[in-house]
Amino acid sequence: MSTIPADALPLKAHEGHDAHHDADHKPGFFARWFMSTNHKDIGTLYLIFAIIAGIIGGAISGVMRAELMHPGIQILNQAWPLGAGSANFDEALHHWNVLITAHGLIMVFFMVMPAMIGGFGNWFVPIMIGAPDMAFPRMNNISFWLLVPAFLLLLGSAFVSGGTGLGAGTGWTVYAPLSTAGSQGPAVDMAIFSLHLAGASSILGAINFITTIFNMRAPGMTLHKMPLFVWSVLVTAFLLLLALPVLAGAITMLLTDRNFGTSFFDASGGGDPVLYQHLFWFFGHPEVYIMILPGFGIVSQIIATFSRKPVFGYLGMAYAMVAIGVVGFVVWAHHMFTIGMDVNTKMYFTAATMIIAVPTGVKIFSWIATMWGGSISFETPMLWAIGFIFLFTVGGVTGVVLANGGVDNYMHDTYYVVAHFHYVLSLGAVFALFAGFYYWFPKMSGKMYNEFLGKLHFFVMFIGVNLIFFPQHFLGLDGMPRRIPDYTPAFEKWNEISTYGYMVMASGMAIFFVNLIISFAAGRKAGDNPWGEGATTLEWTLSSPPPFHQFETLPKID
Amino acid sequence: MISIRQGLAFVSAAMVPGAALAAATNAAAPAAPAAAAAPAIQHVAPTAGIGVPDGRLGMQDQVTALGQRAADFHNGPLLIMCAVISIFVLVLLAYTMFRFRRGANPTPSKTSHNTLIEVIWTVVPVLILVAIAIPSIRLIRAQYSPPPADVTIKVTGNQWYWTYQYPDNGGFEIVSNMLKEQSEVKAGERARTDADGPPLLAVDERIVIPQGKVVKFIVTSADVIHSFAIPAFYTKIDANPGRLNETWVKADRPGVYFGQCSELCGARHGYMPIAVEVVPQAQFDAWVASKGGTPKGAAAAVVPAAAPAPASARTTRRKPRLRRAPSPWRSLRSTRPRRPRINQRKTRQT
Repeated sequence: MSTIPADALPLKAHEGHDAHHDADHKPGFFARWFMSTNHKDIGTLYLIFAIIAGIIGGAISGVMRAELMHPGIQILNQAWPLGAGSANFDEALHHWNVLITAHGLIMVFFMVMPAMIGGFGNWFVPIMIGAPDMAFPRMNNISFWLLVPAFLLLLGSAFVSGGTGLGAGTGWTVYAPLSTAGSQGPAVDMAIFSLHLAGASSILGAINFITTIFNMRAPGMTLHKMPLFVWSVLVTAFLLLLALPVLAGAITMLLTDRNFGTSFFDASGGGDPVLYQHLFWFFGHPEVYIMILPGFGIVSQIIATFSRKPVFGYLGMAYAMVAIGVVGFVVWAHHMFTIGMDVNTKMYFTAATMIIAVPTGVKIFSWIATMWGGSISFETPMLWAIGFIFLFTVGGVTGVVLANGGVDNYMHDTYYVVAHFHYVLSLGAVFALFAGFYYWFPKMSGKMYNEFLGKLHFFVMFIGVNLIFFPQHFLGLDGMPRRIPDYTPAFEKWNEISTYGYMVMASGMAIFFVNLIISFAAGRKAGDNPWGEGATTLEWTLSSPPPFHQFETLPKID
Repeated sequence: MISIRQGLAFVSAAMVPGAALAAATNAAAPAAPAAAAAPAIQHVAPTAGIGVPDGRLGMQDQVTALGQRAADFHNGPLLIMCAVISIFVLVLLAYTMFRFRRGANPTPSKTSHNTLIEVIWTVVPVLILVAIAIPSIRLIRAQYSPPPADVTIKVTGNQWYWTYQYPDNGGFEIVSNMLKEQSEVKAGERARTDADGPPLLAVDERIVIPQGKVVKFIVTSADVIHSFAIPAFYTKIDANPGRLNETWVKADRPGVYFGQCSELCGARHGYMPIAVEVVPQAQFDAWVASKGGTPKGAAAAVVPAAAPAPASARTTRRKPRLRRAPSPWRSLRSTRPRRPRINQRKTRQT
């Protein structure tokens, strides 16, 4: 029997585990949360960080939707707290660009990635492979703590000059020359440093995951027995490791172009702005798979659990992710179809991009085949996972449309693209995040969430996000460009509906936070395995929450 | 703008007999510059639903054969593919959820492999994609196979307006700014009217192109990256500083068609619309003449774009915003002039 610590920390270990004598000795508050080397604590920190960043990024999109509800400038030209908004017309418009930039960067680098990889990856990869912790626990700590200054730099950049007004208004892609000669002042430099730090954090994290997964699997846990979530994090870690250095190089060149007179991306000095786009998207395209692959992993676990069946076509599922990762590196220029590329290049990137639909299709059909013949129950995580499958399919088919270089001329840089990538990210990746959150919440906290509120959250969000993003397809097809704060009145109808959708979605998020508070305050105690016989991965063999150190004696997998 | 061109027209009239008529029309102007702006052609008002957004569910009507082909490809096979696959997945999911719910199927099967079905769901998508890729690649080839150009227009993106040069027609240049609303302009300034186009899309100087003729756009930028886009022509091409991009249209229907800058270019990115007016050849010639231009093929005009225009007349043209302290290396570089790259030249003629 384990000894139960005298202190009444919420993350109290569960009784009934052998071989954990003194394993639950937890350090004091500061040492535990600020100098942490425990993968679960770091995972928790990542999740808290991602939730805070998500609130900020989501609030920014609320301001954007409010501005776009009607033609004209209504919100940006008002003075708001924190220096937002300006009576000066150009500054107000610049503020719009700051908002879209911040929304993109926050959601990508400070919400989805920390939650997926830092949060769930840290929490469950070691447990799922039967390891006591990550391979490099202290590196794990610095990975997290690099994100905090990165986020502060990005937020801080909104309060210093960025050229026309306060903040970096370059778009999350930071295209030169708008980001070099076009944006004077320290804001863009701060945003670049923020990306440097976030990138370094992710690279260290990626090294940690690769090392952990390759070296710390429990006896008998072969690569082909690993849960698909671990596979997804492994592939993601390789993508991070190969893609982020390219981003780091590109933004370092931006920095020297801005400050030290180089002209990598300055045509008047022999440089080439298009080169920046190639470098950025060589990173940027794998980045979109970095955001979605762990979601694939999470959904695979959940579908199998609640169908009470093993995953259908396990090897096909694992290698589909590998294939997506590999092909994801050679399709980047479809983000640049209108840049004026050679005809052969455009044909190649059209064909290569379409190929990605094949492994993605394999995954969609395998999930449905996993459900087929199962004994399906519809707890909250399962609802999110099923919602994910359908919405990701919708985002996927519009992706096939956009893959056609000749067709894309029309939709490129319109709201059609906005709709497409929010279907795969805001409805895809975020649905996977919520699925994972509800799935693992009992394990992480030891408390059950409120099932009714969880389901209500799902249905309200499902309606809300579809109401936001489906009409944006129409806006794009009607010709509305991205990244504009004001539009001709013909676009008003669908924009207004989209903003109503935001309101629905925001109420859904309110339900989520209420649920969170209720669950922490008065949630039922969760058993070791609240999901029954379908949950077969190792985390369900541990107590809820798991002991501070698990698997001091390695489990044997047969 | 007319007044700038009058000065130029005098020069060209002296040298080029063909331009005399154009010069003569303009020569009457100097006494009353404002009145002289009487348009040589009657600009058309936009037709509802053509060339302007109207809140519809699909693409704008296309007025070029190639645009129609691309739109047909999208509205036909691609849209059907989207709908069929989405509905197929939805129905399959719903059926599975219903048929294999716990109440109906308490004992799950243990099946986790079926090679045949896995091969099928790999091969069938491949076939669908090949079926899409073939017409898609052909479409790209067609878009990159321009017939010889009848008119060439150099488009330059600036923060935040467009300039258009007609090098085949004497090289005159027009500056195109968004028209403001009546409530936003000072007294005497031109405000938007409905005949100009919808708010945020109407411009003071439209690009005028001849109907049914191949018009080549050479697109570049004077500062940051912009994108030249006209949905009704299915055209979008980035304006990159230091590069010349090329695209082409052959518009069959007279009328005015609107687009907007489609690459984030700074504060007023949303306020640099594009308006193209397609007119019969005769009207195009008259319009060119009214701008002080010459018909294509007339002896080379002595008024290339490089001719310095009187500074006072160029009020609409702002200084480029991209100046900064010159690097010490710049003088070294300037010894070797940079030749702009021309893209899209490697076009395979079919």
